[in-house]
Amino acid sequence: MATAEEHKNTGMGKDLIVYACMLALAGIQFLIAYQDISASQMFVRMLVVAVVEAALALLFFMHLWENRGLRWFVLIFTVAVILGMQYGWTDSFRILDGAPWAK
Amino acid sequence: MSQADVTMGGHAGLMEEPTFSVPAKKMAMWLFIIADTATFAGCLVAYGFIRNATPDWPRPFHSITNVAIMTLILLTSSLTMLFGVRSAQRGDKAGAFRWTMITAVAGILFAALHLREWMGMINEGATLFHNPWGTPLFSSLFFSITGLHLLHVTGGVIALIVVALRYMGGRYKADDIEITGLYWHFVDLVWMFVVPLVYLLNLAH
Repeated sequence: MATAEEHKNTGMGKDLIVYACMLALAGIQFLIAYQDISASQMFVRMLVVAVVEAALALLFFMHLWENRGLRWFVLIFTVAVILGMQYGWTDSFRILDGAPWAK
Repeated sequence: MSQADVTMGGHAGLMEEPTFSVPAKKMAMWLFIIADTATFAGCLVAYGFIRNATPDWPRPFHSITNVAIMTLILLTSSLTMLFGVRSAQRGDKAGAFRWTMITAVAGILFAALHLREWMGMINEGATLFHNPWGTPLFSSLFFSITGLHLLHVTGGVIALIVVALRYMGGRYKADDIEITGLYWHFVDLVWMFVVPLVYLLNLAH
C-alpha cells in the first residue's frame, strides 16, 4: 500500500507534468501567431490548442478527473456553450457577404 | 463545530445526498464558474463577430513579450495554488498559507503587468472610445474583455488573501482553500482564450 508521502510525491509529480504540458501548449499558441497563414486558419489552430489547454486545467487542476458526475455536467454545458459560440460569430459572415454594404 | 454541522450530523440519514457527491459550497462555486463562463463566452463571441465583420481590423501589437510573461505568471500561479490546496488537504496549515499567498503575489504581479500594458496603449492614444490604429471598436473590445478579466484577477487576489488569513486564524477550513483555488484556476482558464483571440490574432506581421 502506498504511503501518504508516496501519494504526495505522485500528486506533485502529476501536477508538474500537467503544468509543463500547459506551458508547452501556451508556447505553441505563440508560435502559431508567427505562422504565415490566414486569420481564420490561425483562429482555428489557436482555439484547438486553447481547448486542449482548458481541458487539462479542468481535469487535473480543478479535479474534474476525480468526479465523473460533475465531469459530465460540465462537459455537456461546455459543448452547449461552444456550439452557441459557433452560431453567434459565424453569423457575422452574413454581414460581410449578405448585407447591402458588403464588400 | 457549527450548529449546521451538528444538525446535519444528527440527521445524516434523513438528509438528501449532495448533487454529484459535491459539498454545497463547492457546487455553488461550480455553478458560479459555469455562469461566468457564459459571460466570458458572450464577450468573446461579440469580439469574434465584430472582428470578422469589420474590414481593415487593426493589428497593433508588435511585441508579445509582456503578454508571454503574463501568461507564464498566471500559469505558474495555478500550480502554486494547487500546491496550496494539496497542503491544506494534508493539514499543513503553514504550507497552505504560504502557497496561497505566493499565488496572490503572482496575481498582483500579473495585474501590475496588465496595467503597464494598458498604460502603454493609452499613451499611444487608445482609449475605450478612441483607437489611433483604425476602428474604435478595437479599443472598446480590448479594454472591455481584458478589463473584465483583470477585474476577476483583482477579486481573486482579494479572495485569496482573505481566505488564507482566515484559514490560518482557524475560521476557514481546507475546503475553503480548495474552493478559492477553483476560482483561481478558472481565471487562468479564461486567460487561455483571451490571449490568442485578443492579443495573438492582432499581432502585426
